[in-house]
Amino acid sequence: MGRGFKATREGVSVHLDTAEASVLRSLVAAMVLDVVEPGETGDDPLERALRIGPATEPTDPVLARLFPSAYADDDAASAEFRRYTEGDLRDAKRADALTLIETAAGGKVTLTTEQAQAWLRALNDLRLVLGVRLEVTEEIHEEIAEMGDDDPRYPAFVTYDWLTYLQDTLVQALW
Amino acid sequence: MTIVWNDPVNLMSYVTYVFQSVFGYAREKAEKLMLDVHHKGRAVVSSGTREEMERDVQTLHSYGLWATLQKDG
Repeated sequence: MGRGFKATREGVSVHLDTAEASVLRSLVAAMVLDVVEPGETGDDPLERALRIGPATEPTDPVLARLFPSAYADDDAASAEFRRYTEGDLRDAKRADALTLIETAAGGKVTLTTEQAQAWLRALNDLRLVLGVRLEVTEEIHEEIAEMGDDDPRYPAFVTYDWLTYLQDTLVQALW
Repeated sequence: MTIVWNDPVNLMSYVTYVFQSVFGYAREKAEKLMLDVHHKGRAVVSSGTREEMERDVQTLHSYGLWATLQKDG
């Protein structure tokens, strides 16, 4: 888990071990695809056609972070906004996750601009899910340094740290 | 106006990059806004009509940023 993205003539690319690619695909499948269900719409044909979905904020803190309320001080406006946007947002996040799963393979992975954007958002969604579950803070590096490798949280924290590195090198390669 | 709030997950580099790609801001302006979010906890990143702001918030949510909108003032 050492190499990051680089800018190349054909686009951005990264060397992944077979194991790294497998870990990445299974994490995105379990933490993003299984968590973010497809956008739900009601039984009413018109609501379906307009892709109108539920209006309530998710109770699960992970979903509440992925789909935040749009108005900090207006619940009714937030509910209305959510009804019209959350379904599309869910589908977009799932599409990004699928792109990553389909393109992450052992060896040299070269991404088109569009695929790279999908990876950027999918890696971020994955880090958001893990970050909420692990309750990470901005002092995560210090925490990992102080944590022994026998700490039960250690594997998840170093995995999160690796994903952070991958995402950061992807941003630098795209700039 | 559209507000972005600080959170412990989103990378400083990523947030700057998103401000540049979504709003077309120069790197310097995007970095200043990112630092405002980081140090002050929030920053106003765009302003305009309600429709425009709702579109910005939706786009920022697609990038995983914690964005909200509120009336000016």
